Amino acid sequence: MSLLLLGLCVIVCGGFLALLLCNKPKLSSWLACAGVVVGSVLGLIPAITVLLNGAKESLRYDWSIPFGSFFIEIDPISALFLIPIFGLSALAAIYGTEYLWPYRQRKFLGVPWFFYNLLAAAMAVVVLARNAVLFLIAWEVMSLASFFLVTFEHEEKQNRDAGWTYLVAMHIGTAFLLAFFILLGSNTGSLDFDKIGNIAPSAANILFLLAVIGFGTKAGFMPMHVWLPEAHPAAPSHVSAVMSGVMIKTGIYGIVRTLTLLGQPPEWWAWLLIAIGVSSGVLGVLFALAQHDLKRLLAYHSVENIGIITLGLGLGVLGLSIGSPTLAVLGFAGGLFHVVNHALFKGLLFLGAGSIVHVTGTREIDHLGGLLKRMPWTGLTFLIGAVAISGLPPLNGFASEFLIYLGVFKDGISNGVQAVVLTLCIIGGLALIGGLACACFTKAFGIIFLGEPRTEHARHAHEVKLAMRIPMLILAICCILVGLFSPFLIRHAVFVITQVTSLDSQVVALELSETFAIMWRFVVAAVLLIVLAVFLAAMRKWMLRGRSVRSAGTWDCGYAAPSARMQYTASSFAQPLTYLFKPFLRTHSKSVSAKEYFPAESDFATETADISGRYLFEPTFNWINRTLSRLHWLQHGRLQIYVLYIALTLLVLLIWKMR
Amino acid sequence: MDNSIDTIMVLLVLMNLMLLGLSSLGTCIRVVAAQGITLGILPLVIHGGIFDIRLTLFSAAIVGLKGIVFPLLLSWAMRDVNAQREVEPFIGYGKSVIAGPLALAVCMWLGSRLPLPLDIVSPMVMPVAFFTIMCGLFLIVSRKKALSQVLGYIVLENGIYTFGMVLAEKQPLLVELGILLDVFVAVFVMGIVIFHINREFDHIDTDRLSSLRS
Repeated sequence: MSLLLLGLCVIVCGGFLALLLCNKPKLSSWLACAGVVVGSVLGLIPAITVLLNGAKESLRYDWSIPFGSFFIEIDPISALFLIPIFGLSALAAIYGTEYLWPYRQRKFLGVPWFFYNLLAAAMAVVVLARNAVLFLIAWEVMSLASFFLVTFEHEEKQNRDAGWTYLVAMHIGTAFLLAFFILLGSNTGSLDFDKIGNIAPSAANILFLLAVIGFGTKAGFMPMHVWLPEAHPAAPSHVSAVMSGVMIKTGIYGIVRTLTLLGQPPEWWAWLLIAIGVSSGVLGVLFALAQHDLKRLLAYHSVENIGIITLGLGLGVLGLSIGSPTLAVLGFAGGLFHVVNHALFKGLLFLGAGSIVHVTGTREIDHLGGLLKRMPWTGLTFLIGAVAISGLPPLNGFASEFLIYLGVFKDGISNGVQAVVLTLCIIGGLALIGGLACACFTKAFGIIFLGEPRTEHARHAHEVKLAMRIPMLILAICCILVGLFSPFLIRHAVFVITQVTSLDSQVVALELSETFAIMWRFVVAAVLLIVLAVFLAAMRKWMLRGRSVRSAGTWDCGYAAPSARMQYTASSFAQPLTYLFKPFLRTHSKSVSAKEYFPAESDFATETADISGRYLFEPTFNWINRTLSRLHWLQHGRLQIYVLYIALTLLVLLIWKMR
Repeated sequence: MDNSIDTIMVLLVLMNLMLLGLSSLGTCIRVVAAQGITLGILPLVIHGGIFDIRLTLFSAAIVGLKGIVFPLLLSWAMRDVNAQREVEPFIGYGKSVIAGPLALAVCMWLGSRLPLPLDIVSPMVMPVAFFTIMCGLFLIVSRKKALSQVLGYIVLENGIYTFGMVLAEKQPLLVELGILLDVFVAVFVMGIVIFHINREFDHIDTDRLSSLRS
């Protein structure tokens, strides 16, 4: 615990030093980065220890704030979330030193670094806090710090708008959380998590709904996800990596923690989570397919992956409520394992996207092309991330999705739970998500890295510096290693799963060792596959030995003057799928096609606006705006009148109370 | 003892009424200074002349700040911006003076009804504290010059101070010092604001600032 606190202090101190020295860009970036790296390493040690031996450690100080106490505790659930928080924050910080460097002329780099360190520390406190007041304070610091990072390039209106969307969404979420904690504390009169218990079922239902909305806004459940595709592209890329990789997971953490506080769940909670999971997953990936902006595409993939995680949690809750330990263990294990895995590959992909933006200055997929030759490291690591996020074996994305599949197959179908049809829907949904994700990343990787450059930006691209390459490389290696060692890692998840499910640890261990036996085979197959690939590569090299290899243009059907514009574009690649799912996507296309015999100027553009943004939030906020504008006459813009309002209110309240 | 407290209270009421009816800013500042000095003596009187070093220091600090520093700052501000008197307030001086006793009556009634957690030294204190707060608010609302509004703010704070003096009898004076610091910052900030308003617009009429609205 002392190491952990020391680590947090180092992170925050690094941030403050960076702020103080903000007129020295190099020093402030490295100080802040060193703070995050050292603090994270210090914090990782207790987190890993607790995860492996399951011991809890807590610390409690009284606090003069009403109902507040400085009560933090590290237990296996917190430890599981702390590992990606510290790990990814440290790697992204190293990346950020180089990424932010070009801004040094225009901006004080100390300011974003200060907020970055604050964000890293606040995320850690969120998962450690065991008092609602402390939790909400950390939660709010986290939201505000990331708001200032999202609006880092506030000169552009687009980014300011994104910042506002983010701020409003976060505060709507926090409003629900406030109600949640007040209701939670009203039973026992204390807001310390360990004193909460014995909640009446009716109150528990309301609490659960409040938590799903409040935490779900942070996590990015459909339809509360609207801030994600706005805020992620606006933030600097290493911040997007942290926000998407770990910050939105604090929402998932909140839901997991709520489940442990509320006791035995009724079945409909499970179905609600599963429904949210499947709809977020499928719609998230569909919208990702229709995007032209790389970081926006990745943001929609976060919605998709949050969907998969929620699906896992939903299955776990289903297992608990119908009394099936297999489903409970595998569902939670899959969901929570995916939390870590998503942090790895989404962090990697956002860093990769950042490298592309860094050297080409554009996020438009259709402006890129042929980058694999120019940026081999970025290309390779991006490919590994893309394979992992698509859930293809043997990488880590597959491992966690496999656990969820396994749970559904083992218990959902073989034991014939209640609704085989519904479980089939889950399997179908998950398979659809995986397939579409695969299509989407084929599109992204193919258009960006393969073929020929489409614009000058892409033509002059070059590989990024070492400080940006190393974090990507580490994350890519982690994706492979976690995939290959997933059976062993799963066996060590006993304490986490025991704590989440409150099942007997023997039962959990038994289930996990059965899973180990099954997953073991897939690892053997994966290793064989890798050996085969290496063998084939070696064989090719051996056979080509001594022969001359010549590279030439691709056969172009005899056409003599091909141009880069004749390649497939991102939109045309995704068109068959977007056409198929037209009713959900509602893509608006605008085209001026040639009608004459001879070619004239023509134009084609598509835009896929977010459905919940356009059909749910926009009308709602417009209505609120219209309604509130009726109170416009109260606003005179005169100081005296406002003070008069205050004075009159005071007087009326006093007289009303004293009469 | 009661007698002296009541005397101070009556003085406060009279000063408040004076502030409502005065148009010369210089005189207003002097009245506010007198009010500050009176309030500075209040803690000593409440504790019945028992010598206490902390209390004496506190009292000296109040007299120094409310009676000397703030008025000096304000006089300088007045001289700098060259505003001698409040012209055309939103509510005229005659009406203000009539409103004063009415407000006093309401405050008397309120003070008599307000339940208090502990015995207070004099039944006069609560209504007068209320009345001072009301006067401060009234000055802020009805006057146009930024300087008058600062004065109103200080009077409002004097009211809160009187209120706190009664209730926080046995409590550490830290709270009051906190309030004082607040008001110090406020005067500081408003001084800057007045300076800037004057420099940009050549006048310190806050109501005319609304032309800045887009």
